[in-house]
Amino acid sequence: MPPGLRGVAARLLFALLVAVGLAFLTLPVLALLLRVPISALGSYITRPIVRDALLLSLLTTLVSLGLMLLFGTPTAYLLARRRFPGKRLVETLVEIPLVLPPAVAGVALLLAFGRRGLFGPLIEGAGFDIAFSTAAVVLAQTFVAAPFYVKAARSAFQAVPRDLVDAASTDGAHAGERFRYVLLPLAMPGIVGGAVMAWARSLGEFGATILFAGNFEGRTQTMPLAIYTTLESDLDAAIVISGILVVASFGLLITFRLLSGRQLDVVGLGE
Amino acid sequence: MKLYQAGMLLVAVCFLLMVGGCASDAPKGGSEEVTVFAAASLQDAFGELAKGMQVVPTYNFAGSQSLAAQLSQGARADVYASADDKNMQSAIEAGSVVSDTQQVFATNRLVVVTAPGSHISSLSDLAKPGVKLVLAGPSVPAGNYSLQALGKLAASGEYGGDFADRVQANVVSRENNVRQALAKVELGEADGGIVYGTDAKSSGKPIGTIEIPDKYNVAARYYIAPVKGASHPEAADKFIRYVLSEAGQKILSRYGFGPAK
Repeated sequence: MPPGLRGVAARLLFALLVAVGLAFLTLPVLALLLRVPISALGSYITRPIVRDALLLSLLTTLVSLGLMLLFGTPTAYLLARRRFPGKRLVETLVEIPLVLPPAVAGVALLLAFGRRGLFGPLIEGAGFDIAFSTAAVVLAQTFVAAPFYVKAARSAFQAVPRDLVDAASTDGAHAGERFRYVLLPLAMPGIVGGAVMAWARSLGEFGATILFAGNFEGRTQTMPLAIYTTLESDLDAAIVISGILVVASFGLLITFRLLSGRQLDVVGLGE
Repeated sequence: MKLYQAGMLLVAVCFLLMVGGCASDAPKGGSEEVTVFAAASLQDAFGELAKGMQVVPTYNFAGSQSLAAQLSQGARADVYASADDKNMQSAIEAGSVVSDTQQVFATNRLVVVTAPGSHISSLSDLAKPGVKLVLAGPSVPAGNYSLQALGKLAASGEYGGDFADRVQANVVSRENNVRQALAKVELGEADGGIVYGTDAKSSGKPIGTIEIPDKYNVAARYYIAPVKGASHPEAADKFIRYVLSEAGQKILSRYGFGPAK
């Protein structure tokens, strides 16, 4: 084969591989969206099982997100800006839920916080009852999604150039002020991006939730669980809920892309 | 780094050993294979049945409603065994099973199971405030039967006319198959649940059992049928014949199932 032709063949093969790969990733979502009964959308969304799942997912993911921000931000800061013995261990521990199958996370949560779990008696003694409650849903979501946030926030803190922080220090800013006025604003796009990805992950949480929190409409049946349940009795309802999740996830992804592009610009390193 | 490499090697060796262990359990070559979609409650009995027959079954255990849905979406199977008539009918309507090829092969009844140390000691305790109950979902055969039994208990007047509603108020989860409901009770996450007598019998855990009197109980009838367009129709036929044979019925009865009258 002449060298010119070989180049063309290689390029064709390359294009083909990319095209097949892209088609594989996009066609299932397209097939799903094509089946959404647009004209009857209103009647499906107002159905109790769909409406309850929507509201519950919104509520639980927002609470989970709040918990991740509250506990994850200091952890991310610590990992990004401080050196201490055992740091590698802490890093690995934080990322365990990332590689853990969600079903395993569900069993682990059950054995830790369930009524007969390691901390069950303690929790019950304190007057709380987590089993089969909305709180269990929040715990499952936070457990599986928090590492996404911590990882992203950590990179965001790390990306802030050290000389900027040092300059603030020279100007007399103490640690709290340096964090509040230099680090946090500069890392903000990355932090928000991480929060968005973590939110998307908690929105899709299924395995840990159904094992740890059970399946009860309006209390623990989030959108993925409602899809699982309606798929067996009402396929169209399952498709509608799936369609809503596709749109929501897509929106979150676009938000994330916009934000992650901005991180470098803010620090003046973009382009 | 040395330590890391040694660790990885160890993991790899363990994995290979596990795979090897599984492979040695694989069916002998030459036997006919048959794919069976069976109600979750049949898990133990069908597992035992597999040992005595000439064909090699591959099982998919789930709620009968799940299986009917999977079949209607084109899942490949040779035999469908449903825990109720309703889901067998929906499989027929969906064209997965040919009408009148289904046969009753076993019966079952419901019992109340209680977690170790729970405060449920009678049927009326199911309605006590604060009790946590787990049922199978209403589209699951066991869940549907449970609702019927609760309705009968309420109608009897013995437990109060609002008995079913008060019990429903205690339900904390509606599981997608009866075994999940049993598991939540075994784990002690729920105080009690309603499952089949066979589930309670096969549980190896120290759970309590409360019988539901016959007049309030339901006669769960299990149906079996070949799947339309099965890739192994002859093996499917052999499987079904064995289930209905004396040997098959004996095994089912050992696991607590009633005879196919």
